[in-house]
Amino acid sequence: MISRPTHPPVPHAGTELYDASRDEAVAEAPVVDTSPVRLNALQRLVQRFSVLGLLGLLIVLFWLLVAFVGPLVAPYKGGALTSTEIFGRYSAAYPLGTDYLGRDMLSRILYGARYTVGLALAAAMLASTIGTFFGLLAAVSGRWVDEVLSRLFDALISIPSKVLALVVIAAFGSSIPMLTTVAALAYIPGAFRISRSLALNLMGLEYVQVARARGEGLLYIARVEVLPNMIHPMLADFGLRFVFIVLLLSGLSFLGLGVQPPNADWGSLVRENIGGLSEGAPAVLMPAVAIATLTIGMNLLIDNLRRRSRSHGDA
Amino acid sequence: MAEHDMIEVKGLRVVAGAPHGPVTEIVKGVDFSVKKGEVLALIGESGSGKTTIALSLLGYARAGCSISGGSVRIGDVDVLALDAQGRRALRARTVAYVAQSAAAGFNPARTIMDQVTEPALLHQLMSREAARTKAIGLFRALALPAPETIGERYPHQVSGGQLQRLMAAMALITDPAVVVFDEPTTALDVTTQIEVLAAFKKVVRELGTTAVYVSHDLAVVAQMADRIVVLNGGAVKENGAVAQVLDAPVDAYTRQLLAATRRPEASFGVPKDGAETVPPLLDIRRLSAGYGRIDRNGVPAVRVLDDVSLTIPRGSALGVIGESGSGKTTLARVVAGLVDRARGEVLFNGEPLPAQLSGRTPEQYRQIQIVFQNADTALNPSHSIADILARPLAFYHHLRGAAAKKRMLALLDLVKLPASIATRTPAGLSGGQKQRVNLARALAADPALILCDEVTSALDTVVGAAILDLLAELRRELGVSYMFISHDISTVRAICDEVIVLYAGQRVEAGQRDVLAAPPYHPYTGLLVDSVPELKPGWLDARRHVAACALPAMGESAAVPELCSFRARCPVRIDGVCNVTPPSLKKLPSGAEILCHHSAAELSRLQNLETIPA
Repeated sequence: MISRPTHPPVPHAGTELYDASRDEAVAEAPVVDTSPVRLNALQRLVQRFSVLGLLGLLIVLFWLLVAFVGPLVAPYKGGALTSTEIFGRYSAAYPLGTDYLGRDMLSRILYGARYTVGLALAAAMLASTIGTFFGLLAAVSGRWVDEVLSRLFDALISIPSKVLALVVIAAFGSSIPMLTTVAALAYIPGAFRISRSLALNLMGLEYVQVARARGEGLLYIARVEVLPNMIHPMLADFGLRFVFIVLLLSGLSFLGLGVQPPNADWGSLVRENIGGLSEGAPAVLMPAVAIATLTIGMNLLIDNLRRRSRSHGDA
Repeated sequence: MAEHDMIEVKGLRVVAGAPHGPVTEIVKGVDFSVKKGEVLALIGESGSGKTTIALSLLGYARAGCSISGGSVRIGDVDVLALDAQGRRALRARTVAYVAQSAAAGFNPARTIMDQVTEPALLHQLMSREAARTKAIGLFRALALPAPETIGERYPHQVSGGQLQRLMAAMALITDPAVVVFDEPTTALDVTTQIEVLAAFKKVVRELGTTAVYVSHDLAVVAQMADRIVVLNGGAVKENGAVAQVLDAPVDAYTRQLLAATRRPEASFGVPKDGAETVPPLLDIRRLSAGYGRIDRNGVPAVRVLDDVSLTIPRGSALGVIGESGSGKTTLARVVAGLVDRARGEVLFNGEPLPAQLSGRTPEQYRQIQIVFQNADTALNPSHSIADILARPLAFYHHLRGAAAKKRMLALLDLVKLPASIATRTPAGLSGGQKQRVNLARALAADPALILCDEVTSALDTVVGAAILDLLAELRRELGVSYMFISHDISTVRAICDEVIVLYAGQRVEAGQRDVLAAPPYHPYTGLLVDSVPELKPGWLDARRHVAACALPAMGESAAVPELCSFRARCPVRIDGVCNVTPPSLKKLPSGAEILCHHSAAELSRLQNLETIPA
């Protein structure tokens, strides 16, 4: 025992081995409710999340919903010039004002959600899934598989993500699948690194050794023994990665390499309307607020997941 | 009377819990006092509140805890009434703390001297030069090697036992009136522990410091303390002089603790007949193993095991004894297939056991199970106990559904755990319970051999004794064999039929359990046996008298790799023999085999000489 963990504030189960009453006091509620009496979905959800987590979940769900139905409920068509007033203020006709060409900002944001949420979410998921998969593979297989994969991703990580994106888009042109691929590609090595080191730490733990000595296959060890214990840090990493991808895509749009006009993601909306910043125009504030709420919501949700996992103890 | 008390604790209460949530009392009104220059021992299991009490002497409560009542007086100072600044001054001059893990207490990036003198310089108690001189004096008093230069080294360049003594030097540099030792030797090997204890005792006596010594080990406390306070569940169970507590304990809990420490040697009727016809369960012949790159001769860069042979007959238990670094854990891992072997062969049930896990048959997987020391990391925190136990049942026996559930409950019953535990995750279990689940998982396979790697080392005395009883019972009922690895001789004697002693990867002695009972034995075994603290006051002083004599001089060693590995520390080494020729295998009258140049008669003479009380 190298260092003694600090005693938890709850009473330690002590050493009274058969003291059932004391043991009961220590036991937490089982994490997954296995009782046959199923609570309804909403109650279970409320049980699982704290208030902040629930708020995050609601925000993320809201923007997901907007990404799907946004264009249907938008008051105007996405690219339609509808007003003569540029950088208009909040008004009944244009709740979020108008942009530098006099287009309705609300409609622009509703249309843009599809690109930002869809594209960034898809890219982040792709990056995290692929990165986690290969990281796990490298850690579990070890030897040359690890060596080859690690060097491969090292090579990839050595190229700055923006430069990589610029080069690929300059070569192949800007399209939605291409942007998704580029964003994912730029963030896979990071996810790989984190998942590999997490998995490598777990591989040294004794329960994995026991599983190996039991004769379990690599697939079982990876899936049952290692993955569940790294999924929460990986989710936290996913939240961070998602934010970075939103920023990368916005950056690309800002450079004019992202989503092409007249379509626009939220990043491009900020860029297009940057001229209105000095006037405090809603056209530049609102897309920024949209980006902020999405990222904050996502992080609230993820942080909350992580806190849950810590409370039921990876000691 | 009260004027002479250096420390006085009255009605101390400490609670844990959120400020507005439910609180749990972890120290329930504790009273004790310590006279000036006295050493008081706080003894109890984990969770008994002994560290919490010790920390309250510094006016400190750990995060999540708070001192809710009572008084702590040191000298004339009411510790609990002090403000933050007052406490800081108190910790600077009056009370010092020596923690359990010196390795975690030192900053690896700074030299030892910097860190040892830091308290004195931080509180501006003396000049840098004075502090250095004082530190060197303390290094000498603590019997550290090269006291003049050891301060220039970094923490990773000294051993664990030395680091622990350096930590004591750090605490003593400000001449505190009171030193709190918090389990300072728990993480050390027996042979190292003795050295550290002797150094602590000497320095405390010389400086006339008042000390509070926190430990769970009665035998250690018997050497160090003048008075003992026995704690359980945050309350004082007994408070008395050492001799009284050890010889005439009043409280039932103290008696239980003493019984667990004075473990009786179990006796097993091992069927000896038919040993010739049935091959032994496990037969290891001339095994070498290690880590790192393997060179052309098939020898790894770091050799951990060297030419080790052993056999475990069916239904018997073999104890493997050695200090940390002796290769005992590697031995278990080689048998389990987790570490490759460089040379030698392993026969299981008379058939060769493939070195690689992938080469083994499912039957071989099933019959060899391993139980690790650290129950915390041996159970997957994201699975429930039911899942953990169900997997080997499904994997080896294809049991599923109701049949698996029935077997799982039977297993929990076998290791004496309530069935209600099945739905919990390991985080909700105590250390002893986790170790039982570990055992149950191994038993789920119906193994023939269980490799127990220090299974009781991380547990409290009473819980460890319960696990040992369980192991003995399982062996009687199920006929499983054990390879029982431990650094603790008394544990091994309690459960094993045969023992081997490893030192630096070499098997220096092998024989029946009784070879540990009396000399002659291998000089290293002798050192180990002598290092186990006995439950009587004054044992350490008597022993130190014997051990004080210097090692015999020895010249340069010949470049023969098979030389006795213990020659650097051997009290009876012979110059011109031990450093020139490898020792041969000798048989002692007790039936034990040893690797040593001395004859049985010579060893017997030397060791009887040593054990005569001075």
